[in-house]
Amino acid sequence: MILTYVFYFLSFLAVFCALMMVFSKNPIHNVLWLILTFFTIAGHYVLLNAQFLAAVQIIVYAGAIMVLFLFTVMFLNLNKENEPHKPILIKGAGVVAAGILLITILGALKTSSTQVVGCNCGIDSVYYNQIGLVKNLGKTLFSDFLLPFEVSSILFLAAIVGAVVLGKKELGE
Amino acid sequence: MLKLIWLVPVLPLIGFLINGLFGKKISKSLVGIIGSGTVLLSFIISVVCFFELKSGAQKSFTVNLFDWIKVGALDIPFAFLLDSLSSLMLLIITGVGFLIHVYSTGYMHEDEGYYRYFAYLNLFMFSMLVLVLGANYPMMFIGWEGVGLCSYLLIGFWYDNHNYNDASKKAFIMNRIGDLGFLIGMFLLFDTFGSLSYDKVLNYATNYSTGDTKLTIATICLFIGATGKSAQLPLFTWLPDAMAGPTPVSALIHAATMVTAGIYMIVRSNILFTLAPVTQTLIASIGILTALIAAAIAITQNDIKKVLAYSTVSQLGYMFVALGVGAYTAAMFHVMTHAFFKALMFLGSGSVIHAMGGEQDIRKMGGLAKKMPITSKTFFIGCLAISGIAPLSGFFSKDEILAHVFAHQSMIWFLGVVGAALTAFYMFRLYFLTFSGSFRGTHEQEHHLHESPVSMTLPLVVLAILSVIGGFVNIPKIFGGGFLALEHFLEPVLESSLLKLGILDLSHSTEIIIMIISFSVALSSILFARLLYVQKNMLPQADGEQKSFMYSLSQNKFYFDEIYTKLIIDPLHSLSKILYKFIEVSGIDKLVNSFSPAIQGIGNVVRLIQTGETGFYIYAMVVGIIAIFIINFF
Amino acid sequence: MNNNLIQMLNAVPINNYIVLCTVLFCIGVLGVLIRRNIITILMSVELMLNAVNLLLAAFAAYRNDPSGQVFVFFIMVVAAAEVAVGLGILVMIYRNTLSIDLNSLKRLKG
Repeated sequence: MILTYVFYFLSFLAVFCALMMVFSKNPIHNVLWLILTFFTIAGHYVLLNAQFLAAVQIIVYAGAIMVLFLFTVMFLNLNKENEPHKPILIKGAGVVAAGILLITILGALKTSSTQVVGCNCGIDSVYYNQIGLVKNLGKTLFSDFLLPFEVSSILFLAAIVGAVVLGKKELGE
Repeated sequence: MLKLIWLVPVLPLIGFLINGLFGKKISKSLVGIIGSGTVLLSFIISVVCFFELKSGAQKSFTVNLFDWIKVGALDIPFAFLLDSLSSLMLLIITGVGFLIHVYSTGYMHEDEGYYRYFAYLNLFMFSMLVLVLGANYPMMFIGWEGVGLCSYLLIGFWYDNHNYNDASKKAFIMNRIGDLGFLIGMFLLFDTFGSLSYDKVLNYATNYSTGDTKLTIATICLFIGATGKSAQLPLFTWLPDAMAGPTPVSALIHAATMVTAGIYMIVRSNILFTLAPVTQTLIASIGILTALIAAAIAITQNDIKKVLAYSTVSQLGYMFVALGVGAYTAAMFHVMTHAFFKALMFLGSGSVIHAMGGEQDIRKMGGLAKKMPITSKTFFIGCLAISGIAPLSGFFSKDEILAHVFAHQSMIWFLGVVGAALTAFYMFRLYFLTFSGSFRGTHEQEHHLHESPVSMTLPLVVLAILSVIGGFVNIPKIFGGGFLALEHFLEPVLESSLLKLGILDLSHSTEIIIMIISFSVALSSILFARLLYVQKNMLPQADGEQKSFMYSLSQNKFYFDEIYTKLIIDPLHSLSKILYKFIEVSGIDKLVNSFSPAIQGIGNVVRLIQTGETGFYIYAMVVGIIAIFIINFF
Repeated sequence: MNNNLIQMLNAVPINNYIVLCTVLFCIGVLGVLIRRNIITILMSVELMLNAVNLLLAAFAAYRNDPSGQVFVFFIMVVAAAEVAVGLGILVMIYRNTLSIDLNSLKRLKG
């Protein structure tokens, strides 16, 4: 019961912050609103008892990625007056497209069933909700998903190399 | 030796290949020797096979070379059939052919295209031999088409002259019209009998009743093919124009061999025609009409070769009349004798033209008998033969036809006698104007007159001898003994027809009366011609003079060509022009030309999607995702 | 106490999570379509990724299957790498065209 209210409060907050992020003019405001959105989503993770994910969300997303965005915004020295705008017509078309997408996806997902045969996991079933704990998640991650885990480290290496190469100044520039 | 029958067509084919491919490099005499030699060898083989066939027990012999078409129910092997009918035709073709080849060595000696001529001539021999030796209808058709092709090649031999080209095209096209009839006839025969081999078709046919509709239609179609090839009404106008070719060609193709292909075809399928009396009436009517009209045209013609051409058409008409009343033996007999004396006369006219330096108008000839004794004597014998004067060959064959016709229907017999009178008249008109009296040409021509070389006169003599004695192979009973060798010889081929038709039974007195009537009619025509052209010295009118209506009608070939032009050729031309203007230029060309601008236009429109703006591309992606969702889930 | 709290926590039906995530995703799409600033567009893409993450985690919780949360973990990894490289590209674009307007990237016009 309380849970439902908490859920609704958090979701309202998430949607509000997301909308504010999309519609605010100042780029710095965009970044700040997005950080707030990430916090609300972390709250949702806590609701689901996905503790590890909540922590990682705040540390990685809100802490690292958004800080990187902030760096870039400040580096490029953007402010409100130089902000380019699209014509109203195109903005309207965009809104219409996004709206239609929303309705389509909702309609598609509503018609499909979320039940899986043989799994004792209906929306009313009582279950053992321990999978979000760090210990259990770690167990799964390092036994079933060890290979992707290691490969992702190589992915990071590639990303680091790519970012450094892209960011370097050419000789003579 | 019978097994080697396949050599008979193949030898001239080899001659064609050698002369055609290497003729330019080898000497003229060698070309002539190869050309004539192959035909001589074929003739020798034919003679040997003839005697073997006559004395042997089996009446027919088939040589199967290879399987040509084998599709489902249709089985057509490449096979040669040697029986009495084809053996007889072989002798005629190779024998007369050989003589004409020898003659050509002399006649065409100065010509540039000497080797080409002999190559074509050998190819013609090959096609004609395939035609008569074929064991099924498609083989005959191969030969049929082959002789049509060679006729085209040889008529237009001097290809520089456009008129000659037109004449050869005319011959080929008219033949093709007939060929359509032949083809349809073949299709109908296949549909009826399930096979196209002679043995199957002709044996099954005996099970059918007289007057069967399918057979009637098939035989009418086959007869249309025969009219094209053998120059009957209405497809005969190509034969006089075909005189544009060299004279030995006219002798071989348009007198002795190709034009008899239609008659051969009908005699080969005799049982089919016997079972279709409607077709027989049609054949007889067209035959007699052709005979009369051609004879009527011939009496006013002034070109020596044209007279002979119309004479050929007329005699072919007689042969068709014989076929129409079921007298198959008489028709083949007349084919044989006609080959002898017509070839003789054509070769004789060639000799005259050679001596006159190319002149063919008989009004400019005259009194050639003194300068060209051999030619004139042999030509005289030929004229006697064709007029039906006893005891030459033409008398026996023509009389046999007339006797059979009289037994069938007297009206046609009467017309036949009229035709015989006209025949005698125009032949002797030709003879007297050419050979008797005084010379009417120019002085240089007179100096040039000489008898032809031996290569040309020897065949004339041989043919003259054959014209005299050729008739003795089939002497009718009334002359005691009844030496009906030809009839007995051809019996195996004509068995089933003879069973249905029965043998001719005219009383002896009737036969003798008929003979006397035709003989006297011919004799009086000859005397009348002599009166006009020798004693009265009457000359045919020159071109510009006013002529009587009948005379001009006859001389202008009854305006057949003009009628054909107006009725058929002009409408076809206008139709073709209309089709060109409206369908080809405005329709199809426009359609094809519009493809390129259309594609360019489409490309111009589609190009507008590539704006280059990333925002637009993202938008398009979202729209695409929406579309995929909608298609998948709704 | 842990168990009570936990058992109290699973009263929200899955449909709610589906709607929430779809709305967040579509807001991300809206951001991509409306804005011309490249940085804002990249941030909207991050929002879309997060919406998906949340949905995956919700499904994992409701199915009692940890692979959903592992998947979220890996998506975060990839998102981090992608942001790093993407911002690097953005800096290069700024260096070459001196603006971060989306309309300045028009050279592919056909």
